[in-house]
Amino acid sequence: MSYISKPKVGKLGLKPNGIGLTLRDYEGGMSTLCAGCGHDSITAALIQAYFEMDIPPHRVAKVSGIGCSSKTPAYFLSSAHGLNSVHGRMPSVVTGACAANRDLYYVGVSGDGDSLSIGMGQFAHAMRRNLNMVYVIENNGVYGLTKGQFSASADVGSQAKKGEVNQQAPIDPVLAGLAIGGTFIARAFSGDKEQLVPLIKAAIAHDGFALLDVLSPCVTFNDHETSTKSYSHTRAYSHPAIHTDFIAPAAHIRAAYDHGEAMPVMMHDGSQVILRKIDKDYDPTSRSAAFAYLEQRRKRGEIVTGLLYINEEQKEMHAIAGSAETPLVDIPYEDLCPGGTTLRDILGRYA
Amino acid sequence: MSVSSSTPGVNDFVIKLANVNGTGSASANGLLMKAIFRMGIPVSGKNFFPSNIQGLPTWYEIRVSGDGHLCRSGRVDIMVAMNAQTYAQDLAELSSGGYLIYDSTWPRARQLSRDDVQVLGIPLAKLCNEHFDNVRSRILLKNVAYVGALAALLELDLEVIRGLLAETFASKPKLIEPNMQAIALGFDYARENFECPLPMRCEAMDKTSGNVMIDGNTAAALGCLYAGATVGAWYPITPSTSLMDAFKTFCERYRKNEESGERNYCIVQAEDELAAIGMVIGAGWCGARAFTPTSGPGISLMSEFIGFAYYTEIPAVIFDVQRVGPSTGMPTRTQQCDIMTCAYASHGDTRHVLLFPANPRECFELAVQAFDLAERLQTPVFVLSDLDIGMNDWMCPLLTWDESYRPDRGKVLDKEAVEKLEAFYRYMDVDGDGICARTLPGTHPRGAYFVRGSGHNNFGRYTEDAGEYQEVVDRLLTKFDTAAELVPAPVQIGDANEIGIISIGSCDGAVLEATERLSAQGINVDYLRVLAFPFGKAVTDFIDSHARIFVVEQNRDAQLKNLLLMETETPREKLVSVLNYSGLPMDCRCVIEGVTAALKQGAAA
Ligand SMILES: Cc1ncc(C[n+]2csc(CCOP(=O)(O)OP(=O)(O)O)c2C)c(N)n1
Ligand code: SF4
Ligand SMILES: [Mg+2]
Repeated sequence: MSYISKPKVGKLGLKPNGIGLTLRDYEGGMSTLCAGCGHDSITAALIQAYFEMDIPPHRVAKVSGIGCSSKTPAYFLSSAHGLNSVHGRMPSVVTGACAANRDLYYVGVSGDGDSLSIGMGQFAHAMRRNLNMVYVIENNGVYGLTKGQFSASADVGSQAKKGEVNQQAPIDPVLAGLAIGGTFIARAFSGDKEQLVPLIKAAIAHDGFALLDVLSPCVTFNDHETSTKSYSHTRAYSHPAIHTDFIAPAAHIRAAYDHGEAMPVMMHDGSQVILRKIDKDYDPTSRSAAFAYLEQRRKRGEIVTGLLYINEEQKEMHAIAGSAETPLVDIPYEDLCPGGTTLRDILGRYA
Repeated sequence: MSVSSSTPGVNDFVIKLANVNGTGSASANGLLMKAIFRMGIPVSGKNFFPSNIQGLPTWYEIRVSGDGHLCRSGRVDIMVAMNAQTYAQDLAELSSGGYLIYDSTWPRARQLSRDDVQVLGIPLAKLCNEHFDNVRSRILLKNVAYVGALAALLELDLEVIRGLLAETFASKPKLIEPNMQAIALGFDYARENFECPLPMRCEAMDKTSGNVMIDGNTAAALGCLYAGATVGAWYPITPSTSLMDAFKTFCERYRKNEESGERNYCIVQAEDELAAIGMVIGAGWCGARAFTPTSGPGISLMSEFIGFAYYTEIPAVIFDVQRVGPSTGMPTRTQQCDIMTCAYASHGDTRHVLLFPANPRECFELAVQAFDLAERLQTPVFVLSDLDIGMNDWMCPLLTWDESYRPDRGKVLDKEAVEKLEAFYRYMDVDGDGICARTLPGTHPRGAYFVRGSGHNNFGRYTEDAGEYQEVVDRLLTKFDTAAELVPAPVQIGDANEIGIISIGSCDGAVLEATERLSAQGINVDYLRVLAFPFGKAVTDFIDSHARIFVVEQNRDAQLKNLLLMETETPREKLVSVLNYSGLPMDCRCVIEGVTAALKQGAAA
């Protein structure tokens, strides 16, 4: 049961982060997902990322839709407010929440069913608004919670547990995101924490909509030989095009990487993402290059992972709207009500 | 008490203007109505327009009533027939003894004959073509010219008209003169060719001071502004669109920092109504006052989320400016057809607080109350107005503002309050009113909780336990009982009679006039207008203390009556329906006929 929280016995030697909290302070309730479910690894990576970024957990707001994936916000950051909304509608809730309080760190967790079928519209429009949030799709190619129907991201030829073969072309959230105009588009694999954690950190630092498509095998309904979203398939065909390292503003200089092969991207908050380029020509700031590269690799059957596109120029929702810096929830009523004299003036037009 | 007579006369008649939409008639008709209003004579205007941008018939009906009756009377004493397509229909609708005015540039004498009415032909197009060069002004000013003719026929004050034109064109003063010339063209032609004034004419009074002419959507938008709403999310739909348009205009003027340009509000035009309500809920969860204006089709789409907000107890304000359904129905016609849908919107056991304004002033006041109730009760609150209230200009007492007003934020624990707690449990009712304390995201680590539409217990934790589940949904009923005490009480007129009328919203004018006329016929009735659901004690008392009750409303299925039957212990035979669901605002004859017919039948039985 998710509400049974783990005992918080501080492990000896558990190192505190910059704000004096330990990894334990970033954990949540006990997961109720199947043992080995990819979603749990993503939960662990999220815990790690928020911990390493020294973000006070209660300044995060977690929102999700419906699905196994959407249950996971209960399993991390128990000191953060969370909201498990309705199927496919997480983006609108975050939009409203962020409209009201722009100072919180918003993270939305969704599934491939939640985002690419019932919620395709809201997913696209949150991206279009460049809502300032981290948007994680825990992508397993199936509807886990309703027991294994194909989702819109299921690959052609992928076989359901009962033998049915999918014939319809998949919707790739990364390509969709590029087409819609997303400003931060990344893909990762739930089993590769080394790549996932820095990507999440970069997504948090991004000032706008950060899409993370995380391949996340469903061990119960979609982790067999023919499934293109199984552990074995993903391991064999995943092509880590770009290794991402995230450097927080406090620690700018890092010598561990060969800068000749790395491309630093300055984030809005002064932090840096360093993309270690495996492919020499890959330019994550070019949308057309990203399209071309993904397409080229897809033809070879490879799943490209890493930070695939970033645009730090595009303004996020509030910057576009010209909203007050102060979160709207913190503006005193006296500053919102124009008062009785003004009402009389306004009504003059109607007299 | 004076009763509106069945023959027209001074300050007591109806003008109907038949136009083609998209020809600029709306501003001319508005000018005409406002001129009468400024002469101190009570007046109301109803716009019957098509769901179309250009080329279809549209009508505007102005009732002039020195007695202050603002509903439709069912008469048409002067018809200004400017649309050749509808001449025959417009002529037929004119009451006996009436006048038909038409553009005689194209004479249509034969078609336009009826023995019992007088036809006044004015060559409006010809006059304007001779006088104005510009093609566009010729078309637009033709409308102004008939206002000029009516000014002569009805003895309108030309200085008032000039003043109104000066206000309208304050930013384009060059337009004042051509408009006044068009007025003069019509005015002079009428003076020279007809006997002016007509027996039905205007005589200045002092019955409109302290009143305004405003539409309900603008008034509701002002309510949102004054209530301190900061987040608005919407998807355009007639007849609610002008509510958000007005809110935006007011915010740009009064919520923008003059120096920095920073906006103290955030309006999001959503991708659909599902998203709009999701945004309102997200904002409400975070503690902002948030609202969405919509109409029936939007409510249908919002259903799932409405149940979510009910069960997770998140404040939200929804304006449903009702229009004719089912489905797309008649988008530009009025009805009160979403009462039932809104009362129980969403699957599962749900019920919601509804407020029913009857005029723009109540739109303003109930909008403010809606936010207070939503936050106090932590639940969605609906303001059910309709196209008639929302989009027509109504004469109503000046909206006033109590400077001591402060929003009721309900039971929200701030950081200091949370710090004092040992532990925080979201759904624990400590004082028996069914309302639990909430915390806002970001407040304090110990105040965090997880909102879920799935089964939850008092602690806010997931549950599938029968007892724990029932405890929460039963508490929501207790909360609904609390709501019945907090919502505005009904408006009641009279308590001495055996017969009562219960009505709602925009039926008010028709019922008020009908009660006067019925009383002149010796039928005395008491009248109660419900302002909210849940109904509360005053409503049940009224039902209990009357032998027979007519329920007057504007839908086919007697939704208010059925809601009363479901939510009170009233015997079915006690309530008799009087219904109007034509899509046109109710006129008082409908009420009078409904009541007298039923009483006759009752006497015969
Ligand atoms: C309106 C609505 N329709 C259908 C469902 C049933 N439903 C629950 S979860 C789900 C699919 C979830 O799939 P996905 O988002 O991929 O999540 P996963 O379980 O695979 O992580 C569906 C169809 C629902 N909860 N609500
Ligand atoms: S059904 Fe699949 S997605 Fe759901 S918890 Fe089990 S493994 Fe994970
Ligand atoms: Mg899935």
